[in-house]
Amino acid sequence: MASTDINVGTHTHDDHHHDHHDDHHEELNFFTKYVFSQDHKIIARQFLVTGVLWAVIGVAFSVLFRLQLGWPDESFPILETLLGGWAEGGKLDPEFYYALVTMHGTIMVFFVLTAGLSGTFSNLLIPLQIGARDMASPFMNMLSYWFFFIAGVIMLISLFIQTGPASGGWTAYPPLSALPTASSGSGLGMTLWLASMSMFVVSSLLGGLNYVATILNMRTKGMTMMRLPLTIWAFFFTAVLGVLSFPVLLSACILLIFDRHMGTSFYLSDIWIQGELLTNSAGEIIEGGSPILYQHLFWFLGHPEVYIVILPAMGIVSHVMATNAKKPVFGYHAMVYSIMAITVLGFLVWAHHMFLSGMNPFAGSVFTLFTLLIAVPSAVKVFNWITTLWKGNINFTPAMMFSIGFVSLFISGGLTGIVLGNPALDIGYHDTYYVIAHFHIVMAMAAGFGMFAGIYHWFPKLFNGRMMNANMAYLHFWVTFIGSYCIFWPMHYLGEAGVPRRYFSFSEFDFANGFADLNIFISVAAIVVFFAQFLFIINFFYSIFAGKKMEKLNPWGSNSLEWTTPIVPGHGNWVGKIPEVFRWPYDFSKDGHEITPQTTSEKDLEDIPAVKRIPTR
Amino acid sequence: MYSLIGILAVALLILILFQLAKAGEYLGLLKGEKEANDRNNQVQATLFLGTLVFGMIGIFWSAWYYSDAFLFLRTPASEHGGAVKNMYFWTLGAILPIFVLTHALLFGFAYIYKKDDSKLSFYYPENNKLELIWMAVPAVVMVFLVLEGMRNWLKIMGPVPEDRTVLVIEATAQQFKWDLRFSGLDGKLGGKSVQLMDPENGNPWGQDWDDKANYDDFFAKDSIVLPVNVPVLVKINSLDVLHSFYLPDFQVKMDAVPGIPTQFWFTPIKTTEQRRVELNQPDYNYELACAELCGKAHFNMRRELFIVEQDQYEDWVKRQEPLYKTLKASASLEEEVEESDETIAAEY
Repeated sequence: MASTDINVGTHTHDDHHHDHHDDHHEELNFFTKYVFSQDHKIIARQFLVTGVLWAVIGVAFSVLFRLQLGWPDESFPILETLLGGWAEGGKLDPEFYYALVTMHGTIMVFFVLTAGLSGTFSNLLIPLQIGARDMASPFMNMLSYWFFFIAGVIMLISLFIQTGPASGGWTAYPPLSALPTASSGSGLGMTLWLASMSMFVVSSLLGGLNYVATILNMRTKGMTMMRLPLTIWAFFFTAVLGVLSFPVLLSACILLIFDRHMGTSFYLSDIWIQGELLTNSAGEIIEGGSPILYQHLFWFLGHPEVYIVILPAMGIVSHVMATNAKKPVFGYHAMVYSIMAITVLGFLVWAHHMFLSGMNPFAGSVFTLFTLLIAVPSAVKVFNWITTLWKGNINFTPAMMFSIGFVSLFISGGLTGIVLGNPALDIGYHDTYYVIAHFHIVMAMAAGFGMFAGIYHWFPKLFNGRMMNANMAYLHFWVTFIGSYCIFWPMHYLGEAGVPRRYFSFSEFDFANGFADLNIFISVAAIVVFFAQFLFIINFFYSIFAGKKMEKLNPWGSNSLEWTTPIVPGHGNWVGKIPEVFRWPYDFSKDGHEITPQTTSEKDLEDIPAVKRIPTR
Repeated sequence: MYSLIGILAVALLILILFQLAKAGEYLGLLKGEKEANDRNNQVQATLFLGTLVFGMIGIFWSAWYYSDAFLFLRTPASEHGGAVKNMYFWTLGAILPIFVLTHALLFGFAYIYKKDDSKLSFYYPENNKLELIWMAVPAVVMVFLVLEGMRNWLKIMGPVPEDRTVLVIEATAQQFKWDLRFSGLDGKLGGKSVQLMDPENGNPWGQDWDDKANYDDFFAKDSIVLPVNVPVLVKINSLDVLHSFYLPDFQVKMDAVPGIPTQFWFTPIKTTEQRRVELNQPDYNYELACAELCGKAHFNMRRELFIVEQDQYEDWVKRQEPLYKTLKASASLEEEVEESDETIAAEY
């Protein structure tokens, strides 16, 4: 076992004579090194590559259903080639349209933006940036990836079964998701969805507990909590959110499994379907359950989930911005406390998804209060990012481009949250395209941009000191950035006109039918952005094997610890002693020193001559 | 075939771009890394500035272009629509300036403070006074929006004021249609239960025939007709999965939940006729839709809704036939019907 020569858990930071060397990997074969690896860096790669592959599938699904929405009267022979019976004559079957919508949501939220983003960067950066040789439990960490893998395999299988994958929306509200007679996707597809989600919860818990334990216990000497990079603070609170909320999703799934297979009625009551009264196998009438209970359980995870997705992106962006503007993150403490505030408030707002579910309206007004209060820490973060740029010295690396794009998207999408969080306005906007525009910009696009920023920035640490091609990255950025706005901004207008989401076709309604031009525009933009992602994917896989080699240890001029490891760090990260930390990671442009790595002591600093440059005032 | 050619063309384009990008990398090395980097910073900074200017123009122009379709900008068709419209303007007034200001600062700073190798950034790690300002200002604005939002919300969701007569109707959803029940002459909806449903014997919604209030209840056949300026309380329920009762023009939306009755009351203040004149669309119709995913024909649960003057409404009601009356012909109910006819006659 790879763990035998590491025993990371027992090491302390002042372990001087640690015999960790790059060469220890001789003992590992291909299988233990790259497949069932317990090295956090390899596990990060596994999360990332799996996440990227799922992203291709998830985004491709959105292109398929955008074809239907953009050109409802056309037929696309390629759809029949790809999907067979689900698109006879080149036209999507409504049932499969809803399956695509459901799978798009599930895949993007859980597999790409939770596992792919938080899984990748928490694994990569927590040990590297706090100065640890690996996670608290490398074995649990390995299990976390493999449970995610199993969840993915189950979901993938569900795409190929005869009745089709789950089609009740990514929220899987019962009774639709509980009754196989209500929709063909609620048959085996839904069973597999529930199984997959359960595996995913396990994966997320194994990862999250590990992240929390590692951050609290394994920081190197001198790395106090207030010297942690903001990335680590973000991963910490992300893990706390996940650990406290994912189990609730599991309970929701388990009760739904009972309702589906064991004749219980947690969520079901008084149902007449397919010409019969719903009874259990003993012939008793199913009554007394509440579909709203499921919504409460689901959104108790579902809302924190959006912060699980966005917080890591916020951390990455804060760190990348400071590094490339060569300026300290403005208001480090305020940034930490605002993440904390978002975490706490994030638990108290779930029912704003349910204003019109039939829940007591008074409860709705309480949730309004907490929902709009989240605007306060969010505003603090935005203004702090902007002030970080003010009087900076900005080098537009690809990661920096995506970070600036992130802030723009976060502002645009966040502001419409103030509209939707108001229940009086939500009556009109609820379940319309306004909501689609809001959450795609603020959560999906912004988190995606955070993920891209992270990949471009830490690619050399992920893949053996190789760099991605920057020119491709700039092109990728601009098409994606402008394209994202072109896709999602017009959806606000559809929402303003009241056009409901999850409509296979708008032609049945006069009020929704007048926007053919807008829908074509959105679909074209979606297709362009989809293909533009291949600029990234080709660059990504090409650079893994043949990218330009990193020449300096610290290519972006960062202060944090991960760049003090060798260009190709072995399992254990540092050769010899783990470096000691003397300062916070954002001493940029202080006292005539453009960068001052965390490992530089005051005494070391005296020996380094200040640069001859004009300090901006 | 066309799709295949299209995909091949895109693949080729991406490959060409990739080759160009690789070439650019080597060119950069030849020209000197610093120079290439400086030029790149200049280009990216300028692009950000361009994005700010043209992006803002694009956003405001397109919003203006599509504003005819914005429901909130129309004169409200329901009483509470007016309050909600004010709320909409308050909110827009708060978020639009912030949107423009923050973007101007973000892209403006990106442009102004691009890298200059002769300079060092300003070491400015914190300023608690600034933090306090941008915490307090949003907090105050939010408190105002929360209070105003709650006030409107509780008013909309609260009971119908006691001094107003209310028309109670019932909307029943099932895959994939809406059925609207009116209380008839007695103004009372009869009892109904999913357990009494028996479509084969003429009781498709499970009306309780022991409840006399059911005798004159009728279901709207083609269009739904409601009187103008009368508060309408819609009792909403579902027979199978979740649905949502959605009237876009009236700012009305509420989920239909099997087993848990929900409700929404509103007062239409514009007749269909008035709306048609106002929008200059002679065949404009109010529509009822479903707004909660309910299965494969979710997008196809349309009903038309006509708002008419009180006397026209009364005429329409007179022309409707209660289900119970239709069942008269049915042998199984014959006796009871005769009996009930007497009751109805006695009551009115």
